[in-house]
Amino acid sequence: MSAGLPGDLVTSRVLATFLSVVSSRPAAEVVDLGPALGANIAFLGERIGCKIHVEDLYAELDRHAQQGTLDRFTELLAERFAGFDERIDAILCWDVFDYLAPAAAGVLAGRLVQALRPGGALLAFFGAGTLGERRYTRYVIEDESHFRCRVSNAACGRQQVLQNRDILRLFTGLDLFDSLLLKSGVREVLFRKPDPQ
Amino acid sequence: MREDSASIGKSIVIKGEVSGSENLTIEGQVEGKIELRDHILTVGSTGHVQAHVAAKSIIVLGQVRGNLTASEKVDIREKGSVEGDIVAPRVAIADGAEFRGSVDMRRKEPAAGSEWPVDVRTEARTPASANGEPVSV
Repeated sequence: MSAGLPGDLVTSRVLATFLSVVSSRPAAEVVDLGPALGANIAFLGERIGCKIHVEDLYAELDRHAQQGTLDRFTELLAERFAGFDERIDAILCWDVFDYLAPAAAGVLAGRLVQALRPGGALLAFFGAGTLGERRYTRYVIEDESHFRCRVSNAACGRQQVLQNRDILRLFTGLDLFDSLLLKSGVREVLFRKPDPQ
Repeated sequence: MREDSASIGKSIVIKGEVSGSENLTIEGQVEGKIELRDHILTVGSTGHVQAHVAAKSIIVLGQVRGNLTASEKVDIREKGSVEGDIVAPRVAIADGAEFRGSVDMRRKEPAAGSEWPVDVRTEARTPASANGEPVSV
């Protein structure tokens, strides 16, 4: 998968696995860290049959970047998702971690690990663009294994390019379920939260 | 045949409960609670609603803060903005619309004696102020 040109149809190798985890769980609840895209809401709500919580961190990043308060973003993240503790079955992170400073990324990852139910899944993309790039990629789910990419302007540039070991360290507490480095340089990563049962 | 409909104009401010048996368009401000069980609520482009809303269908072109429950569909149009939780079997969010909250499109068993899902009476994440007397449309 590449960040893609507007309208690019790209193949995901791990989306199908992610969706099968969601489908297998009764009354599943999914957190989407991207904007509310009508197509994704319809796909997840109507076809997969889950409840979706839209928590658009890209919009918050933009707002803080425009107000010059990005330094406060880390402490605000520490208070996010407090009501979700072990309540969420799956999380769509998209590539938001590329846009976070290391401290903020660490705090967010910790909150997300805490939000997941045992057996829950977390999908994230890394390295979908170049450092400092001020544009977001919107991932529109087309079907179980394809996205259509769209781009939009961003007030906040990409902050970091995480290596595999950094990604694993970030999500301490989750098991790596699948990780694919694509020709485009994008890494698709699927984690699962260990389930003692 | 044209269905009856009512409207709340731009300069009107209502604090309290709005209920009725015809379609309603809001271009002004409503705070509190809105119930149009068998009809369509349209929040126009100048409309500001801070309320729990239950209707057959809800169309948002303006701003809504509060939980929305529809027996058929919630439709957030371009430049429409919703902050709250949505329960409806169908939800459409247009490009350019803003939404923050949750969407639940799962089929639920209706409450006893009602065609409405139990979630109609769930609390808003940001409770609206509802101090006034009920207003019938």
